[in-house]
Amino acid sequence: MLDQVFVLLKHWLLGYSPAAIQPEVSILLTILPILLVFPVLFALTTVLERKGLGRIQNRYGPNRVGFYGILQPMADALKSLTKEDIVPASADRAVHFLAPLVLLAVAFLPYAVLPIGRNMIAANLDAGVLFFFAIGAISELSVFMAGWSSRNKYSLLGAMRAVAQMISYEVPLLLSSIAVIMAAGSLNTVEIVNKQAGFSGIFPHWYVLTPWGFAGFVLFMIAATAETNRSPFDLPEGESEIIAGYYLEYSGFKFALFFLGEYLGMFAISGLGITLFLGGWGAPLPFLTWVPSWIWFFAKLLGLIIGFIWVRGTLPRLRMDQLMNFAWKFMLPMALVVVVSAGAWRFLPQGVTRWLVSTLLLAVAYALLARGVETRNKIAKRTYRFAE
Amino acid sequence: MLGLGIIKGLVETARNFLGSFVDKKRLVTVQFPEERLPVAEAARNFPFLIYDGVDPEQGLRCVACQICEKECPPRCITIEKSKDKKPDFVGKQQFYPAVFDIDVSVCMSCQICVEVCPFDAIRMDNEFELSTTDRFGGLLWTKEKLARPNEYYEAIHPTEAAEVEARRAEEKAQAEAKKQPSAVTQ
Repeated sequence: MLDQVFVLLKHWLLGYSPAAIQPEVSILLTILPILLVFPVLFALTTVLERKGLGRIQNRYGPNRVGFYGILQPMADALKSLTKEDIVPASADRAVHFLAPLVLLAVAFLPYAVLPIGRNMIAANLDAGVLFFFAIGAISELSVFMAGWSSRNKYSLLGAMRAVAQMISYEVPLLLSSIAVIMAAGSLNTVEIVNKQAGFSGIFPHWYVLTPWGFAGFVLFMIAATAETNRSPFDLPEGESEIIAGYYLEYSGFKFALFFLGEYLGMFAISGLGITLFLGGWGAPLPFLTWVPSWIWFFAKLLGLIIGFIWVRGTLPRLRMDQLMNFAWKFMLPMALVVVVSAGAWRFLPQGVTRWLVSTLLLAVAYALLARGVETRNKIAKRTYRFAE
Repeated sequence: MLGLGIIKGLVETARNFLGSFVDKKRLVTVQFPEERLPVAEAARNFPFLIYDGVDPEQGLRCVACQICEKECPPRCITIEKSKDKKPDFVGKQQFYPAVFDIDVSVCMSCQICVEVCPFDAIRMDNEFELSTTDRFGGLLWTKEKLARPNEYYEAIHPTEAAEVEARRAEEKAQAEAKKQPSAVTQ
């Protein structure tokens, strides 16, 4: 009952609308919660992130506005709303105006195929995962629109970095999800979640609890961090070298929209990670199945967000060559091995053998690739030809 | 092993995160308006005028010699000399400032006015919260607002005040000694 409360609420509300416009009302009632819940989550995340980063650095973080600084997002929103919206004189005004809107639209679209709970999905597409990645690729366009239209060399550098990075990391992101698609045999997100339902003993049948699933999940999250331009892959923003990257020339509420779009992208890709690897709305333990499914989805989402914040508070920003080397020389081959390992898992008989084969395959690949990465990064004494 | 350093780093930040809730010593932040660190004795920010006794009008040490007005590099001091005179601490008749204004927004806290004052009438305050919502009247401090009792000076800069007090006592004793013989000869 509580599990389906939102679904029932929607049907109850739908009963009051005239039959002629019922499809439209149904669409509206599906979209509105997404448009409300995730921006609220964004507001909560900003304050959570600032407080968490503060604590990691032994500071208090924001604690002035409201009770323990919980109303800080309101103050931020008011501030960005009242700020002057500056458009550079030589900017391409139309594109400059459109870029944050495109980013926001693109950031909201993937939620259509994310199953937030049992029977809680906006559009149950047969090719849901494909739709998600197709939409995800448009965000590169909006980033490049922002960088190009600003007519600022730093913006353009940031946009070019962003595009290079996002295209590079899309490959391992896709490959690691292909492993799941192979195992589940479906591109439908609901189908993938249903395949992960059920328990062996106390362990759920989540893909993250298989050797290839774990490796795939780690690769997926690393690639997701890079896709959403979050630290340590925030080179497109790179405050120390290119000021703020592609949104350098944005101020006021447009800047806030970029911020919102970025966080929505992060939530969406975390949601996909949950759907693919962490069993979607499923409970982690068999005796916890009475808890409503949407609570599990948001609990897992919050867990991943905390992970993102934790990583941001820990790691310094990568260099461009390190970023590219890591994507093409480590992540890509590793993702391919994950696909092979998932295939081995699929066709070997159940039992110890497939665990061994799958794990061994990944461990050997990891050891070899890691050695390659590490020897390449040996620091030698710098020699100067003309100085000294 | 690739990735070990990242895990070590994550453990370190987790320790910092959790430690900041347990160990009060980690949180070094002083939450300013509520918590304050004691101000250093040598701290100085903005000049004030010293008066002796209880009446700021009567006891003001300033004799309107206008040296500080002339020496002030950003020229933030405005002085108008009085027409009449009043006795100072040694009993000598002196002028006094009819107007003594300092512009807070112009003052650069250089302390030159303090160094040139021959009457120990102007000293530096350690008050630093000088912001105001009235940017015209509120930033121009008049004689009444600048005047502070000598006890205040002794409280904020005890070492410096003791020196000044000793010197002034000596000067007064010399003045008394000079006055005494002349009284005898008359």
